[in-house]
Amino acid sequence: MDLIRRLFTAALVAGVLSGTAASVVQQATTVPLILEAEKYEVVTPPPATAATAAGPAEAHQHGPVREVGEGVPTTLDEAMQRIGLTIAANLITGVAYALLLGAAILLAGRPVDARRGLVWGMGGFIAVSLAPSFGLPPELPGMAGAELELRQFWWLSAAAGAGAAMLALAFARNRLVIVAAVLAAALPHLIGAPHPESAEGAVPPELAARFVAASLGGAALFWAILGSVCGWLISGLVTSAESRPALRVQPGAR
Amino acid sequence: MTTHSIHTAGASASRSAAQTAVAAFAAILLGSFLLYGVGFAQPQQIHDAAHDARHSFAFPCH
Repeated sequence: MDLIRRLFTAALVAGVLSGTAASVVQQATTVPLILEAEKYEVVTPPPATAATAAGPAEAHQHGPVREVGEGVPTTLDEAMQRIGLTIAANLITGVAYALLLGAAILLAGRPVDARRGLVWGMGGFIAVSLAPSFGLPPELPGMAGAELELRQFWWLSAAAGAGAAMLALAFARNRLVIVAAVLAAALPHLIGAPHPESAEGAVPPELAARFVAASLGGAALFWAILGSVCGWLISGLVTSAESRPALRVQPGAR
Repeated sequence: MTTHSIHTAGASASRSAAQTAVAAFAAILLGSFLLYGVGFAQPQQIHDAAHDARHSFAFPCH
């Protein structure tokens, strides 16, 4: 019970710190781009009946009606509420990832400290930020995308595959396990991420490009903090369970 | 190392291995649940609340 309590406390602290840092960076980088992109979101597509009545030529000329996105805050209260909810979501994301990373560190059973935790954090960044972004770049509202469930499934496969491959490369002894894990990481990319048939998003490509860089940069910082703090706080937990060599001599002892 | 000390070390290591497995499993369970809620769940209110965070963390959102 003590181990669970200490692991969860470590994850809570690491998640809150990294989530807070991510929130500050996001408000300065990605969030302004999201708000800007929402202005291009097609809120009211031209009604089909009106288009037929007006004739296809005229409908084509006018195109879809673009309005300020529904979610764009118009009052200070709305803006504060939106920022608050985003911070809450970031903190939860931080705690969730810290729990998963902490569990992986604990299961690996190797000595860890803040520096090694940083390496673990970079592994997390590669698994859930870089690998999925290789096929599905971070997207702004209003960008064209394939069916959501397909993208979510592909995202999970890419992240899980990359995570498994890195863990296998670092810790597995059996070459077959390593080969299988590397194949699992490559498979989603060989199949290819789901993309819409035609990329006809309304968002200017410059905004989209800046958003990709900002999203990945913010995620890298988030994971650096998350990994270091996790490593630092979990170091005591792993060293206390580090009498593992005894486990290897154990069969003869019994 | 005497047989006795190896035996005790082995017992405490296997106990801590079981504790480690339980703690890690609990963390994975809660972590996955939170991650699903914040990154993937689609009910409108959850989606709206986590919207900007989802985009910033590059979860597929819309």
